[in-house]
Amino acid sequence: MDLTLSHYLGLSAFLFTIGVLGIFVNRKNIIVILMAIELILLSVNLNLIAFSVFSGTIAGQIFAMLVLTVAAAEAAVGLAILVVFFRNRGDIAVESIDLMKG
Amino acid sequence: MEVIAFWILAVIVGAAAVFVITAKNPVHSVLWLILSFFTSAALLLLIGAEFLAMLLVVVYVGAVAVLFLFVVMMLDVDFVELRQGTLQYWPFALMVALAFFAEIALVSFARAEDGPSPDPSPGAQTNVEAIGAVMYTEYLLLFQMSGMILLVAMIGAIVLTLRHRPGVKKQNIAKQTARRRSEAFTKVDVKPGQGI
Repeated sequence: MDLTLSHYLGLSAFLFTIGVLGIFVNRKNIIVILMAIELILLSVNLNLIAFSVFSGTIAGQIFAMLVLTVAAAEAAVGLAILVVFFRNRGDIAVESIDLMKG
Repeated sequence: MEVIAFWILAVIVGAAAVFVITAKNPVHSVLWLILSFFTSAALLLLIGAEFLAMLLVVVYVGAVAVLFLFVVMMLDVDFVELRQGTLQYWPFALMVALAFFAEIALVSFARAEDGPSPDPSPGAQTNVEAIGAVMYTEYLLLFQMSGMILLVAMIGAIVLTLRHRPGVKKQNIAKQTARRRSEAFTKVDVKPGQGI
């Protein structure tokens, strides 16, 4: 039995599910929510790379690199916002982020 | 052999991902996240995507995870309080997650036949060569744009977190070097027996 695309697609689907689950389960803790988003982006990357490798085209790996870039930028800006929010309010409970009363 | 390695690594990734979202302490969450990134890099090495595997280690483990670690350790938050009442979300969360998984699985396994065996580098090139050959030619614009995104994110993060605190003494180099002798010294003729 050889390594197939389905192996990687299955694993990536599992990782994506765990990431979505993490967002719902840790609704109060925004740091873990950000980590769950990183997990989701990791699963997307795995998917793109697996498709690229198994279909013999290089484009998927370039796209995975771009996703990686955006993930890094998102983490940096998200954590910066978090730090500023903590500085202003003294806590990071998601429920207290209601200044705009939206 | 490769399949066995895949399953070992896949189990590690899955377990680490589960621990990321269930760990009580966010520091442990970050450490589990690092483990899952590392193991994913190993999984990519398994199918020959060497460049992306290294990139995953450098970007995710080297930058993103360390960033998380710093923020988690610097924020003085009562994480026990943050975990209260999370139990009530589990049923709904499981429902949504299962729906997602079912949809993805449906699409993924709708492909009846599996494609050809892994070919991480089309043509007789190494993986890095194959990526480098197109990155600066076909995908030059995308590459430049991702650089701009990083620049914007960097400036944004700095602007957001920079603050000017009053009352902090700082060295002002321009002022120091602009000092002239005439304003720094005064000549005083001191008479004997008198102070200044």
